[in-house]
Amino acid sequence: MAVTQSVRAATAEEVRRAIAGRGRDRKGMIFQLLLLLTLVIAMAVLLALLFEVTRTALPVLRDRGGVVFSNGYSSLPANAGIRHGLIGSLYLMAFVLVIAIPLGVGAAIYMEEYARDTRLTRLINANIRNLAGVPAIVYGIFGLAIFVELFGSVTGPGSTEGKSLLAGGLTISVMVLPIIIITTAEALRAVPRSIREAGFGVGATRWEVIRSHVLPSAAPGILTGSVLSMARALGETAPLIMVGAVTGFLATKGGLLESLQKPFTALPTLIFVYVKKPQQEFQDLASVAILVLMVVILLVNLAAILLRNRYERKW
Amino acid sequence: MADGAIPSVIDLRGDVRRRRRERSVRALFFASAVFSIVISVGIILSLAGGTIDFLRKVDLGALITLGRWDPRTNDFNVLAILAGTLQVAAVAMIVATPLGIGSALYLSEFASPRARRFLKPVLETLASVPSVVMGFFALRFITPDLVQRLFPGAEFFNVLGAGIAVGLLVTPLVASVSEDAMHAVPMALREAAFGLGARRPATAVRVVIPAAVSGIAAAMILGISRAIGETMVVAIAAGGTGGTELKFNLLEGTQTMTAAITALATGSDQVRGAGAAYPSLFFVGMLLFALTFVLNAVSERFVRRVRKAY
Repeated sequence: MAVTQSVRAATAEEVRRAIAGRGRDRKGMIFQLLLLLTLVIAMAVLLALLFEVTRTALPVLRDRGGVVFSNGYSSLPANAGIRHGLIGSLYLMAFVLVIAIPLGVGAAIYMEEYARDTRLTRLINANIRNLAGVPAIVYGIFGLAIFVELFGSVTGPGSTEGKSLLAGGLTISVMVLPIIIITTAEALRAVPRSIREAGFGVGATRWEVIRSHVLPSAAPGILTGSVLSMARALGETAPLIMVGAVTGFLATKGGLLESLQKPFTALPTLIFVYVKKPQQEFQDLASVAILVLMVVILLVNLAAILLRNRYERKW
Repeated sequence: MADGAIPSVIDLRGDVRRRRRERSVRALFFASAVFSIVISVGIILSLAGGTIDFLRKVDLGALITLGRWDPRTNDFNVLAILAGTLQVAAVAMIVATPLGIGSALYLSEFASPRARRFLKPVLETLASVPSVVMGFFALRFITPDLVQRLFPGAEFFNVLGAGIAVGLLVTPLVASVSEDAMHAVPMALREAAFGLGARRPATAVRVVIPAAVSGIAAAMILGISRAIGETMVVAIAAGGTGGTELKFNLLEGTQTMTAAITALATGSDQVRGAGAAYPSLFFVGMLLFALTFVLNAVSERFVRRVRKAY
């Protein structure tokens, strides 16, 4: 037996070699390496970026320590910090959580679970896809015209001129809404029909089926989409600049409710303000803010990827 | 319902309260879906109001005659900032096309499932880098360490550095859309090529790319659209303020449409008043909206063509 097996193995090897031809496919290897290189470049850019930011941020953190995080905006570089940016960004996240996610999930549920294929449905669908492609700065102009100018007396009366946290939070919420709708709709679509039909079969109404079967099954996907949209909102700058987050100030006395109608800032707008200043100290402070922003965003993305890998289900 | 009686429709309708709740929940979801249309209408109205105001205040011929874009001096040559935008987008696509399509081809045709699990998050992470951070990177790394080293005459704010950074931001989008298209190419086509003795590289170039070409085109158009709308990188690294004249020099700074809008909004290029400067922001916004809308629509047509084919 052993003899025949070794003979067969030799034959198979010969056949393989005969098919593959003499020598290896050198051009093919080079081609493949070139393609791999594109991904390596992408990775190198990420590493260079993180390295550059850390390199400039670390000395500031070493010299000034926690003061950087506890001080607010100041025109004196030695006193300036990123506290208002951190708090402002947290407030904006609250807006996304309270306004954009419920609205977006609700809209997705309607489109996937209730809507029949009518002209209105198709219009809404095309509209949502289109909204997802609108540049962020156009949302900023929308926020400027609607929340700052039209409803300025509500969003920021008096000297604020409407350029308030409320206007910023609403603008950001509107901007991430289409992303939330699209990711949620995808998650809902992945839930098989049979689960819904089983629910209907035992007499559950549509909402009961959605609440106790469809939503729990789609929850990981919805959660991933929501988390990613919050990361997106966290890094977005242009719309906030349009609705007035250009000073670097945030009224923090009295918490979120008191600050609503007051001027605001956020981590990314603070970075913009600091980067534009000529003094090196401000540039380094921008590095600190970027480092914080990047760490948060990388963690959020990691969480989303892990969440997806953990709960990815094949039905 | 008495024993033995035949149940009627009313008996089967169920609890009134349950049905009322059902209706109100449905209405709530419907309202949130319709809200997206309200947003679109709001966007168009808010752009249109300022645009009409602007067009009333300026001489239409001045919009395309040679000259500067500089709202402070009432110069509104739109072509100047349009040219700036297109130059940045062109540089961005020169970077993003090979990087994006190359990555997509590798991930779709060569990478083992394990390599994919590791490499795909790299692109996703790159996609998550905020544009303001990429602007900082362009200003502090790409321009001094790359552009100015290759071209010693380059200005501190220049189109090339900003364009490269925008390209890096757009790369993950191009990669993901073209990978979807390559993924949609049926396995049978590849197997047919293998059966004829083609190796993987030949199959990728001669079979997969031609079959996915609509999707790849869609990815590139979408990339251009995203590059045109990109704001923070150009506002930081391409010389965001002070207006610009119509020029084509990648090593000099310029102003793009998006940078012009932010400059107007932050007040660095205008004094708010009765002039045409402030409403010009809405006019540029309208142009930007129209441009990206058309590009997105064209891209979607290409994507649909892929879907129809397979």
